[in-house]
Amino acid sequence: MHELSIAQSILDIVNQHLPAGNTTHVKSVKVKIGKLSNVLPDSLRFCFEAITKDSDFEKTLLILNIIPITIKCNDCNRLTEINDYVFSCPSCDGTNINVVAGNDLNIEEIEIE
Amino acid sequence: MSLITIERKILEKNDAIASENRKNFSSKNIFAINLVSSPGSGKTSLVERTLNHLKNKTKIVVIEGDVQTDLDAKRIEALNTPVVQIVTNGACHLEANLVRDAFGQLKENNIEILIIENVGNLVCPAGYDLGEDVKVIIASTTEGDDKPLKYPAMFRNSSVLIINKIDLIPFVNCSIDAIKKNALSINPTLKIFEVSCQTGAGIHEWCDWLENQIKNE
Repeated sequence: MHELSIAQSILDIVNQHLPAGNTTHVKSVKVKIGKLSNVLPDSLRFCFEAITKDSDFEKTLLILNIIPITIKCNDCNRLTEINDYVFSCPSCDGTNINVVAGNDLNIEEIEIE
Repeated sequence: MSLITIERKILEKNDAIASENRKNFSSKNIFAINLVSSPGSGKTSLVERTLNHLKNKTKIVVIEGDVQTDLDAKRIEALNTPVVQIVTNGACHLEANLVRDAFGQLKENNIEILIIENVGNLVCPAGYDLGEDVKVIIASTTEGDDKPLKYPAMFRNSSVLIINKIDLIPFVNCSIDAIKKNALSINPTLKIFEVSCQTGAGIHEWCDWLENQIKNE
């Protein structure tokens, strides 16, 4: 259940970006979650709801943008989105690859009103 | 209404402390290992075997992470090795600040290897950098050979795979070749050792590799 500490970290970062004064309402927070980040979307939603209950963020919507795993083959340069967690190039069978997307765990956008 | 566009890593606080830890270990020429596995795979047994094999030639210290109890630290202490126990009180993984504080409690000089035994869990520790040089993952034969496929992130993020409990192969429904094949499909660069912490088989090869890493520090 490390999603609880991730939900708390999201709130900490959002707080740092709010304008001075306490009049703003945070409508939504958009978060990128890579499929290789080991974060369970439903669990993160549950934890976010739990820690924002009865707070200024109670109505804040958590928008999760799930990022598929993309690998780049260093031999033939092909970019491939993978779903089966097999980390080799479907084109040349090469295993000299880098994961270029899918490890993401970032806050992208905060919408305030 | 306005949009604030940011691109900030959610775990940036942990990453920053991990990077301080890494600098600290590196400045002291310490080779740091983050040892991960599911509960009961043999992390502490591997640490014990490693200490027994290397204790006369290498200065090793240990940080133990557990949800409860200092049972593991007691096992390490019994081998006259400096150890700090972190009790996470329910948390499912170690974070970089816990390791920083635990390391601060070790008053040893000339440390060559720091072994951080993470909480037994193949999910959560994958995302938390502790400042280690390598993540070493243990998969034991009693867990079956499909673990790499079920927990790809942890196998992908590790540099070394230790297949433990090879002495039990006649009694369990598990193929060492299948563990290797599955693990290599996720991480083709994994360095693999086959060991039995019960009989001591393969420990020599693992410790030789470890010693070579100190020389490369």
